[in-house]
Amino acid sequence: MSAAPTTALPLDPPRFVTAPPVLRARGLSKRYGPVVALDDVDVSAQPGEVIGVVGESGSGKSTLLRLLNLEEPADAGQYTLAVDGYRDTNLLDLDRFDQRALRVRHIGIVYQNPHIGLRMRHSASGNVAERLLVAGERSFHALRRRARDALDASEFPLARMDALPLTLSGGMQQRVQLAKAIALEPALLLLDEPTTGLDVSVQALVLDTLKRLQRDLAMTMVLVSHDLGVIRTLADRVLVMRGGSVVEDGLTDQVLGDPQHPYTQQLVHAKL
Amino acid sequence: MTPDLVSSGRASTLVEATPRDGVARDPLLAIDGLGKQFEMHHLRRRLAAFNDVSFDLFPGEFVILQGPNGAGKSTLLRTLYRTYRAQTGRAVYRSTRGPIDLVRAADIDIAWLRRTEIGFVTQFLQARPRVSAEEFVAEAVLETAASHAAALQQARATLAAFGLKEPLWPAYPASFSGGEQQKVNLAQALIRPHRLLLLDEPTASLDRGARGALVARIEELKQAGVAMIGVFHMLEETRHLVDRALVLDGPADAPAGALDEGQRAMAEGDHVAG
Repeated sequence: MSAAPTTALPLDPPRFVTAPPVLRARGLSKRYGPVVALDDVDVSAQPGEVIGVVGESGSGKSTLLRLLNLEEPADAGQYTLAVDGYRDTNLLDLDRFDQRALRVRHIGIVYQNPHIGLRMRHSASGNVAERLLVAGERSFHALRRRARDALDASEFPLARMDALPLTLSGGMQQRVQLAKAIALEPALLLLDEPTTGLDVSVQALVLDTLKRLQRDLAMTMVLVSHDLGVIRTLADRVLVMRGGSVVEDGLTDQVLGDPQHPYTQQLVHAKL
Repeated sequence: MTPDLVSSGRASTLVEATPRDGVARDPLLAIDGLGKQFEMHHLRRRLAAFNDVSFDLFPGEFVILQGPNGAGKSTLLRTLYRTYRAQTGRAVYRSTRGPIDLVRAADIDIAWLRRTEIGFVTQFLQARPRVSAEEFVAEAVLETAASHAAALQQARATLAAFGLKEPLWPAYPASFSGGEQQKVNLAQALIRPHRLLLLDEPTASLDRGARGALVARIEELKQAGVAMIGVFHMLEETRHLVDRALVLDGPADAPAGALDEGQRAMAEGDHVAG
């Protein structure tokens, strides 16, 4: 049997699904001094697709998310989002003001640590309204109504919409972040370990909310998590990262069920 | 209808127990020289699941796979659904959008085919929290139904056909018994006429009534031209529907009888169930 090929047959380019993706990033690279954080990473997503990103700490997952959120500049690469006015623009070439405007309007993000995403001493509804204000909404009633809608969609208990995040539980803080992230119905929702650090029961509820948003709003998401259960529940496709590079990508059930790369096999067997 | 197993010297061949009547049609699926092995890097070894599998499947045909544990029956289904990646061969599927090799098709094309044309039915329900049984089933026809209400109505009728009691329709399946969950699973998987259906032991833990509904639904789908490949344990009730039984007897380099239980589980894919 030594003649039998050991690697899976290579894949053809898409033939049926040829519509342009919502998100397309090519050759993203980033160094911090001598450390290569991201090395020539490609990622794309069709409308409504959820792309999972897995890998151990230091693999580049979070750097990838920060670049996609235009939080920091890339050293090289192309990044486009199919949104009006920017369709053919490499977003990495925009100046900081345009990047900020685009980020506010078209990209939402939920961080693992709610202290990064929220103002802890402003009310939950105020945190959501702030994003609407920045995007140009001025009417107090509209702000209040839209903040309420977003909190409701995130399954935040409305009776507590005027509470300070500081006084809320971790799960509730994540829902406020989520409400803020989806308030403007962004083209892209970025999720950085959204359930890590929560109690298991709370984790399931937040996951459940994400699943419902995905189903009801068909929102395109990039989800970073080291929790393969979270990835299995939410992601359509997965990128496996190691040392700043993508070592394997594929359909979620395939990557988790028949991992090809030695590192992915190790990861899957360690976690299942 | 009990096909003979291939003699040990000719392992890895797929044998047609009852050749189908030769009607000149294009196959919906043409499988040619398909081979799958698991490369287990941490053990530095390879486990062959099956190799050199070739057969054609025609619209409206129902083919069952037979063979001992570890012969690669479930693995073959999963390879066609692309949960597993093959190392050799082709599986050319004639989609409404043209022919495509399932072994090499891009991931997003496979995702599209799974949404529209190719279904996979397992014995396990993959329910989602806080989605009722009827909503879960209705989702499968939401895109084609005239309205949400129409989809729900169709879902209820299908659940009723599989014998799920009415009070359970608006309840969450997570709390159901194994048999009840499977009724929901089958209703969801079979409510929509896919063009190709892969059935991995869908009859486990079904009561008699539900088995009857399953057989009736398979008959309907066959008549609608749906092609099906199934791994079935129960034969009496489906016998009249089966066009061919294909025998998989495992790869040449790893006779099924020589596998220990752990390897067998690996080859059957049990380690990744769910």
